[in-house]
Amino acid sequence: MSLSGAEAQETELSQPEEARGGLLRDAFRRLRRSPQAIVGATLVLLFVFVAIFAPVLAPYSPTAQDLSQVRPGNFPGPSAEHLLGLDQLGRDELSRIIFGARYSLIIGVVSVTIGATVGMALGLLAGAFGGWVDSLVMRGADIMLAVPSLLLAIGIAALLGRSITSVMIAIGVVNIPVFARLLRGAMLSQRESDYALASRSLGVTKGRVVLKHVFPNSLAPVIVQATLALATAITEAAGLAFLGLGSPDPSIPEWGRMLAETNAYLASEPLLALWPGLAIVISVLGFYLLGEALREALDPKLRR
Amino acid sequence: MLRFAARRVLLLVPILIGLSILVFLFVRALPGGPETALLGENATPERVAQVRELYGLDRPVYEQYLSYVQSVLSLDFGTSITTRQPVVEEIARRFPGTVELTVTAMLIAVAVGIPLGFVAARRYGSWVDNLSTAGSLLGIAIPVFALGYLLKYVFALKLGWFPTQGREDSLMFRNEHPTGFYVLDGIVTGNPEAAVDALRHLILPALALATIPLAFITRITRASVLEVAGEDYVRTAEAKGMTRPVITRRHILRNAMLPIVTVVGLQTGLLLSGAVLTETVFAFDGIGRFLAQAVFARDFPVIQAGILFLAVIFVLVNLLVDLSYGLLDPRVRTR
Amino acid sequence: MTVPGTAAVADAVPGAGSGTPLLEVRDLRVTFSSRGRRAVKAVDGVSLDVAAGSTVGIVGESGSGKSVTSLAALGLLGKRGVEVSGSVRFDGEDLLGMPEAELRALRGREIAMVFQDPMSSLNPVLTVGRQITEILERHRGLKGQDARDRAAELLVSVGIGDAVRRLKTYPHQLSGGMRQRVMIAMALACEPRLLIADEPTTALDVTISAQILELLRELVVGSQTALVLITHDLGVVAGLCDQVHVMYSGRIVESAPRRPLFADPQHPYTTGLLASVPRLDQARGIPLLPIPGSPSDTLPWVEGCAFAPRCTRQVPECLGAPPALLPARGAAGGAHLVRCVNPVEDGS
Repeated sequence: MSLSGAEAQETELSQPEEARGGLLRDAFRRLRRSPQAIVGATLVLLFVFVAIFAPVLAPYSPTAQDLSQVRPGNFPGPSAEHLLGLDQLGRDELSRIIFGARYSLIIGVVSVTIGATVGMALGLLAGAFGGWVDSLVMRGADIMLAVPSLLLAIGIAALLGRSITSVMIAIGVVNIPVFARLLRGAMLSQRESDYALASRSLGVTKGRVVLKHVFPNSLAPVIVQATLALATAITEAAGLAFLGLGSPDPSIPEWGRMLAETNAYLASEPLLALWPGLAIVISVLGFYLLGEALREALDPKLRR
Repeated sequence: MLRFAARRVLLLVPILIGLSILVFLFVRALPGGPETALLGENATPERVAQVRELYGLDRPVYEQYLSYVQSVLSLDFGTSITTRQPVVEEIARRFPGTVELTVTAMLIAVAVGIPLGFVAARRYGSWVDNLSTAGSLLGIAIPVFALGYLLKYVFALKLGWFPTQGREDSLMFRNEHPTGFYVLDGIVTGNPEAAVDALRHLILPALALATIPLAFITRITRASVLEVAGEDYVRTAEAKGMTRPVITRRHILRNAMLPIVTVVGLQTGLLLSGAVLTETVFAFDGIGRFLAQAVFARDFPVIQAGILFLAVIFVLVNLLVDLSYGLLDPRVRTR
Repeated sequence: MTVPGTAAVADAVPGAGSGTPLLEVRDLRVTFSSRGRRAVKAVDGVSLDVAAGSTVGIVGESGSGKSVTSLAALGLLGKRGVEVSGSVRFDGEDLLGMPEAELRALRGREIAMVFQDPMSSLNPVLTVGRQITEILERHRGLKGQDARDRAAELLVSVGIGDAVRRLKTYPHQLSGGMRQRVMIAMALACEPRLLIADEPTTALDVTISAQILELLRELVVGSQTALVLITHDLGVVAGLCDQVHVMYSGRIVESAPRRPLFADPQHPYTTGLLASVPRLDQARGIPLLPIPGSPSDTLPWVEGCAFAPRCTRQVPECLGAPPALLPARGAAGGAHLVRCVNPVEDGS
């Protein structure tokens, strides 16, 4: 039975890089075992795959109309040629759903990117400088957060005019305060952590400590938030499109707008409302599950 | 406690000021200038000049802001481009409807969500727990308007149990609406069938609206109860021989409520914005629908006033939540 | 239920004296299992007696199973992933099989517990007074002002002045020492016959610890209440306990009345513990002797003595079968037991 004479005890204060590497490895291991993560990741990959390869996957063009088969109040339902049937203008529903994924993905990714980068920049400034910069940024965030996010997005999108760009900017702006707060909070707690204080006492300049240690270690909650924000962005984009704020072009297959258009035909063709709704649910669910799984995996408190 | 409350109320002021600045800038940020916001896009040059003079748009910004604040405080939000009525009146008229809807939805969410989350936590790992988790995930993922359509289709169109739209069957009410809260109106005017009718119109939209808060409340209740149940002081209570109901009530729930209350406050925001979508689906005559129509018609005075109004309600609700925290958690109020 | 390969010699029971003991623990075993991890034997066959009115100390490191023993006895371990076997009798009645309602009636009234961390062990949203009156309401039927009066009396008896005002304070407003006094007041509220104190001073600093121990001694010694004091600190039991049990890795490895244990410790673990504590009468410059290795060096599948990997006196028999707890040498005779095939020699 082996036994070392003087075992070195593992110190609590491991190097930040080691701690980070350990955290990532731990997280990845936990993710692989969590059913939530697996389902979430699968749905997300499915969604991204469909969005990217839409032109290849869709059997027809999403805008091609075949009015010959369409009569008012009677659209052909699912058939062998058109798996999900035709919509009110004779377009293939399946193809429209598939291409709709593209729009949702683009809108989601761009808006979250806008929100995250601007938000993180502000949060970085607030966390790094403190003082009045911090107060200003935080007050601004508070005010923006005082308005429910969808309403704020509606306001901004209405202001900027009907286009996909304004939807992306609107949702992006709505995300800024969340990321700003998040990063600032994470930085604040890292700033006071033992390794940061130790680094500073060794003479490492404050700037370097912030950039090389504090900032990278604050990223975990940001990753989680970005994933969850994607889920919300897809829903919000659909909501904005529902209200007529997306692209004014009626041929664009945006899921939210497709849902809005089915209102008139709900009694006779309920399925047309089902497909876009289902598509939204699946993609939102995927990002949400993945985000929650990431949150649990990256939570340092749960490390054994 | 009073000092705590006073401090919280004071914090409100900068937020309200900030909101007003936000809205002020909003109108002026419009391409085409605030004149477009006030008059719409098809205004004649004469009217534009008129408005410019009327609103002092050629005066320095801070003067404009001051007169803006003045008008806000006197509740003058301008005139709706579409209906040509004062915005304040239009909002006031529709306000009770949205209140009925959101309050009902929140009641449903809390009355179902908290017990459900609690049971899920107590029966951790059981089918109840798994079902509630699956259900809440679904609730979070379904957009509120999609759910609205689903409910509308199944329960109104196909089964015919509920009406498909509106707040009332006008024949029943004969236009007697003393309070503006239709359910109440039915009771107050001695017309119970009308009250029931109003309720029937309320249920589907309220259910649709309630789903997301319900899902979040269930999740947070479950998580909170699970966490509290494992705390040392619960073990102490057990060691003291307290009975199960007492431990549940006095030790577990009272501590678990804190994060739940926070979530309820935050979810109100989702309720208010969800109302915009839900009221549209069900043609329910409240502020939400009005706002949605205004968005479609680019009616900026209404858009800006509507958003401001709902934001203020959100802020007030969160203030209430903050204050209730002071009541629930002695650590907060005794610093 | 003996493990194959063990000697058929049964353990002697520590603390067994004349008359029916107040608390009788026989072969208590507690196993924790969770999905995906090997089962952990936290308590591996513990037997002991506690006589009415006596003070008993259970000493061991973290992981020795000392806390789990008491929690298991009172049924406080929860149901998921926990297996408890053996018997625990209080005043002749079996606690492990007792229906929940009866057990709840017993807890707090006849058997009370004080826990380690008074901050987390008190409900943060209830006043201190409420937490005391609730136990009086529950077991003594006291209500309203009567309950509050009695609660104030209890606070005074544990050394908290200005008791009436203190009843309305919240736990976070009190210092660590005061909170622990409150815990003790709650525990003694119904004059229990057995008080179990699980590391009552570990979370407190040294001077406060001393005060709390002194308080415990005043309240318990000479009264009808038996005290089981669980700690990792031998110094604590030295001043307070009639009988001391040393636990390691889920088993009692040595048990003796106070004097014989400190005068003639025979288990290598006990001697190790004693030797690693700096003493005032030691010459300066003598190095401290830690026990080599760490508690996690125990290999669960080893059927022999659990302490063997860290023991300097290991012999081949140590790895074969777990030693039984048998009478040690010395005048204490049956009262001093040790679980070792190669105990420390006298005087070494």
